[in-house]
Amino acid sequence: MTAEKKEYRWIGKRVVRPDGVEKVTGRAQFSADFNMPGQIVGKVLRSPHAHALIKSIDTSKATALPGVKAIVIGSDFPELPDEWFGAGRVENNFSLLSQNVIARTKVLYEGHAIGAVAATTSEIADEALSLIKVDYEILPHVIDVEDAIKPDAPLLFEDMITRNVTPPPTKPSNIAKIAEFHLGDIEKGFAEADVIVEREFTTKAVHQGYIEPHACIASCSADGQATIWSSSQGHFQVRAWVAKIVGMAMSKINVMPAEIGGGFGGKLIPYLEPVAVALSRKSGRAVKIVMTREEVFRASGPTSGSHMRVKMGAKKDGTIIAVDGEFMFQAGAFPGSPVVGAAMCAFAQYTIPNVKSVGIDVVTNRPKVAAYRAPGAPISAFATESIIDELAQKLGVNPLEMRIKNGVRQGDKAFFGPTFGAIAFVETLEALRDHPNNKIALGANQGRGFASGYWFNGGGESTATVNINGDGTASVIEGNPDIGGSRASMALMTAEVLGIEYGQVKAIVGDTASIGFNHVTGGSRVTFATGMAVVRAAEDAVREMRERAAMIWDISPDAVDWVDGYARPAGPNAGNFEPLSLKQIAGISAKTGGPITGHCSLNAEAPAPGLASMMVDVEVDTETGHVTVLRATLAQDVGRAIHPSYVEGQMQGGVAQGIGWALNEEYIYDKNGRLENPGFLDYRIPVCSDLPMLDTVMIECPHPGHPFGVKGVGEVPIVPPMAAVANAIQNAIGVRMTSLPMSPPKIVAALELKKA
Amino acid sequence: MSKHHVTTTVNGEPVEFLCETRQTLLDVLRDELELTGSKEGCSSGDCGACSVMLDGRLVCSCLVMGVETEGRTVDTIEGMADGDQLHPLQQKFLEHAALQCGICTPGFLIAARALLERNNNPTETEVRYWLAGNLCRCTGYDKIVRAVMDTASEMRGV
Repeated sequence: MTAEKKEYRWIGKRVVRPDGVEKVTGRAQFSADFNMPGQIVGKVLRSPHAHALIKSIDTSKATALPGVKAIVIGSDFPELPDEWFGAGRVENNFSLLSQNVIARTKVLYEGHAIGAVAATTSEIADEALSLIKVDYEILPHVIDVEDAIKPDAPLLFEDMITRNVTPPPTKPSNIAKIAEFHLGDIEKGFAEADVIVEREFTTKAVHQGYIEPHACIASCSADGQATIWSSSQGHFQVRAWVAKIVGMAMSKINVMPAEIGGGFGGKLIPYLEPVAVALSRKSGRAVKIVMTREEVFRASGPTSGSHMRVKMGAKKDGTIIAVDGEFMFQAGAFPGSPVVGAAMCAFAQYTIPNVKSVGIDVVTNRPKVAAYRAPGAPISAFATESIIDELAQKLGVNPLEMRIKNGVRQGDKAFFGPTFGAIAFVETLEALRDHPNNKIALGANQGRGFASGYWFNGGGESTATVNINGDGTASVIEGNPDIGGSRASMALMTAEVLGIEYGQVKAIVGDTASIGFNHVTGGSRVTFATGMAVVRAAEDAVREMRERAAMIWDISPDAVDWVDGYARPAGPNAGNFEPLSLKQIAGISAKTGGPITGHCSLNAEAPAPGLASMMVDVEVDTETGHVTVLRATLAQDVGRAIHPSYVEGQMQGGVAQGIGWALNEEYIYDKNGRLENPGFLDYRIPVCSDLPMLDTVMIECPHPGHPFGVKGVGEVPIVPPMAAVANAIQNAIGVRMTSLPMSPPKIVAALELKKA
Repeated sequence: MSKHHVTTTVNGEPVEFLCETRQTLLDVLRDELELTGSKEGCSSGDCGACSVMLDGRLVCSCLVMGVETEGRTVDTIEGMADGDQLHPLQQKFLEHAALQCGICTPGFLIAARALLERNNNPTETEVRYWLAGNLCRCTGYDKIVRAVMDTASEMRGV
């Protein structure tokens, strides 16, 4: 299913990744694998209560315990101004981030950090934690958005006035922000509709579920310098946030990127690093902190649970004419759920003339939500893609054909503004329609479902350096942690531009002091934005090598071409010279001006969006309510697959997470606001025997805004699965599931309701 | 309390270590023997990232105490390759791109080798159920299963 493409030597080759051998032999160093001389152990004291005032903290007994080297609590950290920065969808607030790292006067969720100790051994650190006496005044708590918006709900922030509403409300509430998007006139649109479907949907908070718990080491010296080793989705972000939260200059901090054992958005927020730095500064020792799995579940991660209402109207021929959606998301303890993005992505893959989409951000006594793969989009897509299915059913239209009819094409305008460039969304639907899996006959209690998804994709700031070595090899340095094979993509692109062997390029992720700024590994931005910086840096090195050849030949650099790793005279007029290889030019670089390097720093604007569609077959056990996924096929506009295996891997990984979200995963709270399932036994992510092979269709529709046509691919695969599974269940047993997860008890209850 | 002196065999070599009663085999491997290839994902036996062989049996090293290894043999990911010769499974994992972040990879390799040593012609279902104790959040397991099946074919010479 690949489009006609230019012949490349390396782009599109399924090479072995540069960091592969280290990772299959156990040598790769993830964050918890580092150790420093003289290192001591840091541990975090966490709130056992969902909501409480901290009346006092007495650390005297813990401090007196032999082996305890430092204790920090909230008052050891500077108070930061309560200001928002960044664009609407991804805005942030250092004061709130700091309060999430360590509570000051109030704990807002079970697991909220309130202090930390550093001690010579793990046992002493544990004992010290038990000796810290915290006097709490327990407050009423609120876990779900439906309760949090009630007029008499306990308030997490006594003074929080809903933002983005004119005029601002006069009373504080748990509603942090409301974002509205309008296009056309929905009243008029619904009046023209032949069929209207309106439903409410709920989803539960789910965790990113990376297998590597958060971990870091901080080592501060007496001259005020700090080195941090941590696994994160952006060590530059770690540096910036530690600098703010601890109160240090960025130049005093160097963050070394450890290998990262999964993130999916959940390692964009620093939790431990500022605490470890504070402990190290106080103790004068290197401090290592490693979260337990229980801490990971209670204090990091999840994405929002939600309550949504969507109303959609269509004409007899299947044209969607109006939509009205209201999306209410749990932000957790601090404002900032992904609801703005959810409200935008909800209908973005369709051209609908009349749209109202409202996102409501609600604080609740849960961990502050973190980004999770296409943040917000999978949640709203569960609602809208379920509604489209139902509309198609009511109209007697094929659900795929209905999506094809309304799907966005190049030149269409998204309801929130931008115009779509080169996209292949309709082609993803056609690919599923024509796929062999769509021809397989279904048996009793089996069903087939479809759904689609949209995600913005990110661009942003990146820096890369390409160094040409004296022996004709090269290294490429950039600053994005390699979370799923990006070193391979960077090396492939470098080799392609330089015209040398892939195996002659060493790809390195530099620390914050050795390479210019790179934004996070997130937003499906790395191969697009950092890849662009890498290509430009390699081109810069090529320009330099052409100049060196020109100098040697005493001709103009414009008269030198670069072809397959050789400088050649551009034509007969340029002169008659034997081509010079990269190796020859590099070997004598000392005589022609010194080392040859190429650099690029850029802000990659205009990423192409992610668009994907999924087809899934399920079988429902009507006695137990268990749903088995028989087949899953994802078709995606992938731009250009630099390393096709890792593109497929992103597609398969997103689908698997989406299936877990659809069928199993949920945060379960008891009446005291305590998480009941903080472990992999009770928070069950899909295991190998839960899934079939995950089929992929990569549709290459290159992005004109990237030298090799790259589009971000990592996030959109998780957008369609929940609705696709719900639609398949409906197709199998005639029951419309509107609440995630679609776990066995819910299926059984729905079947019983249908019988009654 | 004094530490226990334990004599054992790790990756074919005699090893002595001192450990506390509370230390798991995983703690010992990582903290005392500096073999950090076995990973701690949960410390409750749910994720399989710490999988090792104990006297030829597949175990989660977080569920075995260090002192239990007295006189026994432990095989970890660090002993899987023969010098610079990767084990066929390691090679196939690389060729199939059966890893993304790589944190679960050592555990999967140890578990998959244990399967193929017992059954060199497993069905896809057998592979999936054997590996159901190892969690991977990145790949959706597709390429892992393919890598294991392909290794099995190669080992059978087909």
